[in-house]
Amino acid sequence: MSVLIFIDQSEGHIKKASYEALSYGAKIAEMSGTAAEAVILGNSDSDLAALGQYGVSKIHQVRNDHLNHFDAQVYIQALEQVVSRTGADIIIFSNNVDGKAIAPGLSAQLKAGLVTGAVDLPDTSNGFVVKKTVFSGKAFAHVRINSAIKIITLNPNAYPVLEKEGRAEVVTEDIQLLPGKVTVKSVNKVKGEVPLTEADIVVSGGRGLKGPENWGIVEDLAKALGAATACSRPVADADWRPHHEHVGQTGIAIAPNLYIAIGISGAIQHLAGVNRSKVIVVINKDPEAPFFKAADYGIVGDAFEVVPKITEAVKKLKG
Amino acid sequence: MKILVCVSKTPDTTAKIAFTDNNTKFDTNGIQWIINPYDEWYALVKAIELKEADPSVVIHLVTVGTADADPVIRKALALGGDEAIRINADSQDSFYVASQIASVAKGGGYDLVFTGKETIDYNGASIGGMLSELLGFPYISMATKFEWTANKATITREIEGGEEVCEIESPFVISCQKGMAEQRIPNMRGIMAARTKPLKVVEPVALEPLTQIVGFELPPAKAGVKLIPADQPEELVRLLREEAKAF
Repeated sequence: MSVLIFIDQSEGHIKKASYEALSYGAKIAEMSGTAAEAVILGNSDSDLAALGQYGVSKIHQVRNDHLNHFDAQVYIQALEQVVSRTGADIIIFSNNVDGKAIAPGLSAQLKAGLVTGAVDLPDTSNGFVVKKTVFSGKAFAHVRINSAIKIITLNPNAYPVLEKEGRAEVVTEDIQLLPGKVTVKSVNKVKGEVPLTEADIVVSGGRGLKGPENWGIVEDLAKALGAATACSRPVADADWRPHHEHVGQTGIAIAPNLYIAIGISGAIQHLAGVNRSKVIVVINKDPEAPFFKAADYGIVGDAFEVVPKITEAVKKLKG
Repeated sequence: MKILVCVSKTPDTTAKIAFTDNNTKFDTNGIQWIINPYDEWYALVKAIELKEADPSVVIHLVTVGTADADPVIRKALALGGDEAIRINADSQDSFYVASQIASVAKGGGYDLVFTGKETIDYNGASIGGMLSELLGFPYISMATKFEWTANKATITREIEGGEEVCEIESPFVISCQKGMAEQRIPNMRGIMAARTKPLKVVEPVALEPLTQIVGFELPPAKAGVKLIPADQPEELVRLLREEAKAF
């Protein structure tokens, strides 16, 4: 009996989503009176023992050349063996690209019930029930897991990173793996930007900005706030902005602390991708824009006049 | 080459979400059902493009659902595909659905299995990954581009914080998202042809789901928007910091 948390790393760098997953898994272990352990696949230069501050006692590291490139089939092989060695019965992933690629396959292999996109700690008062988002953020479902082994993928920005004192024991696991069948030809990572799903603040622009040449005001405000930038679907479809910035039902779903929508009318498909944001600000010159109904704060006005003034005010406040 | 495309019916993207029976059942009253957009726009249309490039390609559609899924399957067949298989069961959880599809796929000799990256109702994003392990196939998730030459696919897919290009030989399972193909509208010829395409109904294999939905909940309603005059943007910034503590 233990909780096992999957640590997601990219070129040795551990992401915020993993710290959230570690904190979440450690809390579940504390609730159920068991140990929280973590697993990391591949080489990492990070000080893994320091991850003990997120509440895990032991970290299982699997070093194997077959893990150098991401291949779900190979990762699942490795994880199956770690789960079997540790006897873990609750397994936690981040609900990100890697988690979504691995957790379902591991679930099928282990016949372990899976809940993806969890937003809260499990309720164990009557079975093991996990709350998750459904209908693209328009509702939540409470899902009971009936199997002995349980797998949860945790939504980014749904659980706080909790730090305390402590270092973890790092154990290197020697595991034999069959090579994967996927040959990676090239990898192109967006450097230096906060991934949209992990950003605390997101500033987003829509068709109201009239053209890609006007994105300066969005970028300036984002820079002042330390925010990521995003856009609505028509903007991505028109190639004003890259597709990876598109938030909404068919784009990326985000849940930042603060979402500022500039010149976006707020179609239901857009709201589906952003409605879990804690605070929503809408700036639109049309007072009838449906987005105002979903917003916490709003300004009815011309974005080209209002937004630069907001940027100035933010800069002034931040000194 | 034989391609299996997994399709699911989902409520229309603009559907109003409500629940009945003490918040334990989705209220289907007045709901328009559509093919899950990721299954339709990206997975199915990509398979159709492969068939257009090579007419010897055979496309089968598969869904898990009761007879009320038939109109949606016919609509998918109107876009393209040679025949459809409906596994006659309510979808209970993703493991149940993936296992049912795997039992059909195992005897089918499929080279490629296409799914959408997720359904827009339960957002499980799980069927492709589960299927791949149940079939023992490699899994390529979140694909945005797909080129097929001589038994080998060159695929661009989303990875954490970027994208990668990879190569893989069949068989494999692939989940598709934006970029794979462009949305199409069925034409009259397709709609007529779909009426006579085979829609096989097979009974499910006996299986217990691993999870069960015990209740639903709507997010709390917003208190209402606080409007700030356009000439006082500094007031908005003050409220965001002091009242909402948003930055």
